[in-house]
Amino acid sequence: MIRRPLRPLARILAARAQGGDPGAIEAENLRLRNDARRDELRLRAQGRLFVMALCFLGAFTLIGTRMGTLAASEPAEPRLAASGEAIRASRADITDRNGRVLATNLATHSLYAQPEQIVDPARAARELAAIFPDLDEGALHRRFTDGRKFLWIRKTLSPEEMQKVHDIGEPGLLFGPREMRLYPNGRLAAHILGGASFGREGVHSAEVIGTAGIEKEYDAYLRDPALSGAPLVTSLDLSVQAVTEQVLGGGMRLLNAKGASAILMDVHTGELLAMASLPDFDPNDRPPPLTRGEAADSPIFNRAVQGVYELGSVFKIFPVAQALELGLAGPSTIIDTSGPMRVGGFSINEFRNKNFGEISVAEIVVESSNRGTGRLALQIGAERQKEFLGRFGFLEPTDVEMVEAPTGRPLPPQRWQELSTVTVSYGHGLSTSPLHLAAGYASLVNGGTRVRPTLLRQSGPQRGERLVSEETSRAVRTMLRQVVTEGTASFADVEGYHVGGKTGTADKPRAAGGGYYEDKVIATFASVFPAHAPEYVLVVALDEPMETSGEEPRRTAGWTAVPVAAEIIRRTAPLLGLRPSVDAPPLPALTPASNG
Amino acid sequence: MRSLVLLAMLGVMGLAFWAYQENYRTQATARDAERLSAEIGALRERLALLNAEWAYLNRPERLAELADINFDGLALVPFAPEQFGAVEQVAFPPDPATLIVREIVETRGSLGEGEEALP
Repeated sequence: MIRRPLRPLARILAARAQGGDPGAIEAENLRLRNDARRDELRLRAQGRLFVMALCFLGAFTLIGTRMGTLAASEPAEPRLAASGEAIRASRADITDRNGRVLATNLATHSLYAQPEQIVDPARAARELAAIFPDLDEGALHRRFTDGRKFLWIRKTLSPEEMQKVHDIGEPGLLFGPREMRLYPNGRLAAHILGGASFGREGVHSAEVIGTAGIEKEYDAYLRDPALSGAPLVTSLDLSVQAVTEQVLGGGMRLLNAKGASAILMDVHTGELLAMASLPDFDPNDRPPPLTRGEAADSPIFNRAVQGVYELGSVFKIFPVAQALELGLAGPSTIIDTSGPMRVGGFSINEFRNKNFGEISVAEIVVESSNRGTGRLALQIGAERQKEFLGRFGFLEPTDVEMVEAPTGRPLPPQRWQELSTVTVSYGHGLSTSPLHLAAGYASLVNGGTRVRPTLLRQSGPQRGERLVSEETSRAVRTMLRQVVTEGTASFADVEGYHVGGKTGTADKPRAAGGGYYEDKVIATFASVFPAHAPEYVLVVALDEPMETSGEEPRRTAGWTAVPVAAEIIRRTAPLLGLRPSVDAPPLPALTPASNG
Repeated sequence: MRSLVLLAMLGVMGLAFWAYQENYRTQATARDAERLSAEIGALRERLALLNAEWAYLNRPERLAELADINFDGLALVPFAPEQFGAVEQVAFPPDPATLIVREIVETRGSLGEGEEALP
């Protein structure tokens, strides 16, 4: 800005020439300059005040709005709380992997009596006994008249029963609302679901609590109101489970077996698609545990999870896999399996005292040679064997999501010495549950990483620790496939599914201790399909089976467990979406022997 | 000044009328909401019951029995590996260029000399 002079020469000279006062010009200019300065200062001050006012306005608006919303929203809150969200069935449903209901709730009524209000106790007792045959008329009448004020009669009523009781027209018989646990599929997956019963009971409501199985394991989750009734999604497939139970039940009857179990497991995710144990029960009416005799004879005993057995030759694949992994042998390494073989004072014999002579490691698995795996196990040594089996989870209970899982604790040999090393290599001396075996096979064939069995639907494969290399896993699958194509499990060759597996026929140890039964076995078949690209592992175990179509009864797994497993695979594989492939896939070539 | 007071009084009366109406409308809405939530609760209970019944009626055991009973009409058998087919086995749809007569077509003609209508 150009500062204007106070005494501009031109105007002064002009004023002087006209006789004016040059001082007036200076004063005038000075006044103009002061005016301009004052205006500028005022404008600046006004601006500051305006900004200040805006700040205060903003602050007061904020506080005022907040107070307004607080004041306005307070009466609305109780209304929101009373909305429909709170009205929910109290216990969440359990569904299969596709959302089909396995357990749900049903609103029913309970029946109770207030004897003080009963007009005609004799008639009420007579009519009630007519409706419910299990009630005793005399006992009811006695209770109606002994002066008590309150009496439960039934915990749940069907609508028809309720109408009949209503028709008695007795004012002292009263109904209370009850929520009841219903298993619409009856016996299906009974051991997994477990059962439920009433906890604390009142006239107007009762707690439903899980008593066994996944119901008890997830009791807190199922009852959590914060989850607002989101169902518990299990890994089971309803159709696959139903088919497995049906085929297993048929096989058990045909083969005169005392009990049976089957486990179908995804080798990548560890999901249990089906798990059956027979005999079973109806979880809607769970039988009480046995008070006498063997607990394992009760139908509520879950053979697949709780039952620990010496499973026999199905274990042979583990010492072989370890020998491959350690580089002690390759599939075509020749091992001398001829007798006699004495370890720790005991003679190790083959099945039916056969003698296989010098055979390759693959043939040891195919022919199921006890001395062959025994010799490999002696090379491996007790310490390494124990550590290897431990990493597969064979020495601790499974962590499957059932309350019974910790009771399925394996029984390892008390002193793991040379003899135990040899017997464990062919499946004796170490008792495990069929579920352990399924998990072990899954970990071995899926490429060699550990999978843990689970009953909940998973979103992706488990990435467990590596137990054996890809190469060992491939070689193991080739051997298992050879057992089916050339060995003891020829009945398992389901066309199109390239089943691989290993049979095991284990003599049952005497209950009183000391030796084994001659004519009681547990026949097991552990299989994987398809062997070239494994998807599922199926373990079938039959307790005391006997095949009687031949001249003398056959008990070996090849004649008992294998045909049952083959039928299960034939029926379930299509349901699992596996397309049978007619062309034989190229089997991986056997790796050359790396001896030493 | 007098008209201003009159205007204000009218305003107050108008506002009072509006507030009165709002109050009653709010009460009616609240009652409605309560009724609806009770209805939702009842419907949920019914839905749970129907779901349970659906699951009960669709249990695999019963479906297998029904398939057996109605075998003559439906011929349903368990799913088997042989039922998988290849895409090549599916027949091509008929050539759309070929004319297919689907309905009764009325045709007319006349008899020539010496022709006789067929009986």
